[in-house]
Amino acid sequence: MSMSPDELKKLKADKIVDARGTSCPGPLLEAKRNIGQVPVNGVLEVLSSDPGTARDLPLWAKKMGHEFLGSFEEAGYYRIFIRRKK
Amino acid sequence: MAKRMSIVVFTGSVDRLTGMAILVSAAAASEYEVHLFLQLWATYAFKKDVVEKNMNFSEFEELKPTVHEGLIRIKAPTWFDLLKQAKELGNVKIHVCSTAAQIWNVKKEDLIDIVDDIIGAAEFIDYAADSDITLFV
Repeated sequence: MSMSPDELKKLKADKIVDARGTSCPGPLLEAKRNIGQVPVNGVLEVLSSDPGTARDLPLWAKKMGHEFLGSFEEAGYYRIFIRRKK
Repeated sequence: MAKRMSIVVFTGSVDRLTGMAILVSAAAASEYEVHLFLQLWATYAFKKDVVEKNMNFSEFEELKPTVHEGLIRIKAPTWFDLLKQAKELGNVKIHVCSTAAQIWNVKKEDLIDIVDDIIGAAEFIDYAADSDITLFV
């Protein structure tokens, strides 16, 4: 059960990766590069303007054993939240 | 054990190599072990003296300028940069078919440095046999 945009907006991400302006798989590669930069149980926020990312990152997080917290759309981009679990 | 993806790369065309590199980097980011087996035209495209000059497309030749403009507009990395990033992020091995190497008369040093080794078909079949995903490009 992912969090609502209002709940997500209150989250303080430990790191924000701005991958806007890169196409698939750019945002995914940025998530992979940066998830190790937040502490376990910390939150990584990925900003992406690629239409595939908001669907890719929940699948990636599940496969990698992290927790997808939710995502929502801002003007022309997505804010996607992942909790590092290991 | 990590999941594994094996791809026979026959093509030397930029359009197909780009699609292949996108899949490979996504798989590497998802911690798949990836094995590429470069056959005839792919081996040619990985030559140091060819890689950046290659503008060959496999389909819709008349739309080549549109695709080039699109790749620039979305700031897409080249297929060889994407493969380099994939290798930095994960476990990606790039093998060259020994017969293709002989046809082009190339050694590993003549190919871009992301190439790992030159191997025979039977070794690649072993990698492919233990793969969760096998593709031909």
